[in-house]
Amino acid sequence: MTSPVVTVSERSATAPSGTPGSVPRLRTSRRRHSTDKPRRSVLLTVLTSLVLLYSLVPLIWLAISATKTQEGLSRSFGLWFDGDFALWDNISQTFTYDDGVFARWLLNTLLYVGLGAGGATFLAVLGGYALAKFDFPGRRAVFAVVIGAVAVPGTALAVPTFLMFSNMGLTNTPWAVVIPSLISPFGLYLMWVFATEAVPTELMEAARIDGAGEVRTFFQVALPLLAPGIVTVLLFTMVATWNNYFLPLVMLKDPDWYPLTLGLNSWNAQAATAGGEAVFNLVVTGSLITILPLIAAFLLLQRYWQSGLAAGSVKE
Amino acid sequence: MPKHSRRLLRGIGLVCALALGATACGGSDDGGSSQKSVSEADIQAALEEGGTLTVWAWEPTLKQVAADFEKKHPGVKVDLVNAGTNADQYTALQNAISAKKGVPDIAQIEYYAMGQYALTEQLTDLKGFGAEKLSAKFSPGPWNGVKAGGDGVYALPMDSGPMALFYNKKVFDKYDIKVPTTWAEYLDAARDLHEADPKAYITADTGDAGFATSMLWQAGSRPYTVDGTKVRIDFSDQGAKRFTDTWQKLIDEKLLAPVTSWTDDWYKGLGDGTIATLATGAWMPANLASGVKDAAGDWRVAPLPQWTAGGGASAENGGSALALPELGKNEALAYAFVEYANAGEGVQTRLDNGAFPATTADLQSTKFQDTAFPYFGGQKANKIFAESAANVADDWSYLPYQVYANSIFNDTVGKAYVSDTTLTEGLKSWQEASVKYGAEQGFTVEK
Repeated sequence: MTSPVVTVSERSATAPSGTPGSVPRLRTSRRRHSTDKPRRSVLLTVLTSLVLLYSLVPLIWLAISATKTQEGLSRSFGLWFDGDFALWDNISQTFTYDDGVFARWLLNTLLYVGLGAGGATFLAVLGGYALAKFDFPGRRAVFAVVIGAVAVPGTALAVPTFLMFSNMGLTNTPWAVVIPSLISPFGLYLMWVFATEAVPTELMEAARIDGAGEVRTFFQVALPLLAPGIVTVLLFTMVATWNNYFLPLVMLKDPDWYPLTLGLNSWNAQAATAGGEAVFNLVVTGSLITILPLIAAFLLLQRYWQSGLAAGSVKE
Repeated sequence: MPKHSRRLLRGIGLVCALALGATACGGSDDGGSSQKSVSEADIQAALEEGGTLTVWAWEPTLKQVAADFEKKHPGVKVDLVNAGTNADQYTALQNAISAKKGVPDIAQIEYYAMGQYALTEQLTDLKGFGAEKLSAKFSPGPWNGVKAGGDGVYALPMDSGPMALFYNKKVFDKYDIKVPTTWAEYLDAARDLHEADPKAYITADTGDAGFATSMLWQAGSRPYTVDGTKVRIDFSDQGAKRFTDTWQKLIDEKLLAPVTSWTDDWYKGLGDGTIATLATGAWMPANLASGVKDAAGDWRVAPLPQWTAGGGASAENGGSALALPELGKNEALAYAFVEYANAGEGVQTRLDNGAFPATTADLQSTKFQDTAFPYFGGQKANKIFAESAANVADDWSYLPYQVYANSIFNDTVGKAYVSDTTLTEGLKSWQEASVKYGAEQGFTVEK
């Protein structure tokens, strides 16, 4: 028990009064490795290049393939262009094929993401803030439930949810997709951790002393401090809702309410049925259009969510 | 028609298993008989009164049929919904039936899946609607399919898939290979072709339950015997041996393209000549014409190769019917639509849009038989298809849980395509797994 205490006190004793040269030397040596002269590792460079290639090649394939016609797709090499450049034609066909149902799917997806991911983020912020900043009986139980819920994949709950929603008469309506999307245990957990770090209790007390009610304290004091965390959670829930496949697959039967994932899959599946038309060019183009909004969201919000993820990692 | 996505199938297995657990899947608990009596006058009255019909189907030509029907009967609205393709739709239908909510008035069901719904009385027996007198209208294979091994008539046949051999004439001509008329010649052609061009294969097969059962059907094997809830599964007959002997050689000598059917790779192979033949249903021309446009003019149709020289045996591959789920509403009106689409004016509409009929009058009509297919270089391919349809044996039956059985095909028989397991061993383990599942579901299963 005693020895660690001794070393700690020794260190803390030497640090402030240590030799003047020791601190700068430490700094320069750190710099030499990190910023001025990064240590190069051939192995690491090769590995990261491989990972980069692995993640970019499908994207490049998708972008190139979207410029090909159905025939061009099968006669040309996957990573290079075909003679016919059909991108504009493909895009217009994607939006007009089957009475323009693609636009409807796009709007549906936006609706599900808007209501589902937006609502999930809102609930996660409220819940995370409350759990981080208010002391009440049962907090530990809530913690256990949330951690447990993070571990259950949404896919496993889809069928029980279907039976429940079916009894409530909600299947085959947008609500069947929106309501389950409102729950994001991981988002709640993230907000909880973030709120603990980002909102100083002293600041809240100061606001209370100045006469602000709880609602006002939350919206005017806490919410701006939580912004990076909110963006992070929003991105996570957005991606989850945008890409959600199994839940709508189980819940929705009416193609008019399909999100893009289901719609594109049904276009893809029609190549495998008697008399069905193979429209791989439209599936590919539709997939490209589908991921563009997500890419845009990540690029636009990236600086917020990076700072959000790093919150609490450095002691200030 | 069969589709392969194992990820998806596993998901479906899960859904069905859970749905089964929740409501015992099989059980219809209405207790009453599903035999209803609806007269011609009732049907007329329903047509005049009108209403909305929900139809779950993925068959593309039904769109026009529905529009025509609405025009003819102004009070009727047909809500045509593509609730998924093949097994996806069966899962959806099973879920809706389990939940007793959202069940469509009419559902498209393939012949191989018919037994599952018919036996458990989830479909309305159309005998009470006078469907039995339509039996002479349909070719024997599909009609046998809608009877699902029982006494009832559980649907009206929509299309059929009498098998034929589609082959790439350009490839055959290039290497001077004779179009095979027997499966022995087919094996030789496979060897010659692959030797002439190591990139070319006689056909692509990575294990396909629909194809294998059709081949067994043609070879004279009758692995499934169904009598009510008594089921016998046996893959050891002579017919099965015929099939496995030949197909094992194709596998062992690596003469089958390792490409899964219906993928983009597969369409590509059909287009560039590396997949030279397809033994499949007569509905294939529409798929070739839309999916492999570049190869127009290269392909031709020949009668399905025989197991004995000079034979004329054929089988069905794919094909589906329109059924009335027991929990659907508006039965008289629903029957009127099904009859219109599958036995009435709708048939011609669907033929004009490229569907393949199940009605003998259309199969035998000169207009149908003389249709020249520009895609097949002007060949009158329907003659071959019609002959095949007439040669389909009508004593084949599928399992009452064939959808499940097919979903485990790749885990059992599929091993023969990728490992040292033989086809015979694969079929044996498929048999065992099917027997086990059947027993668990309450069937009396004999091996």
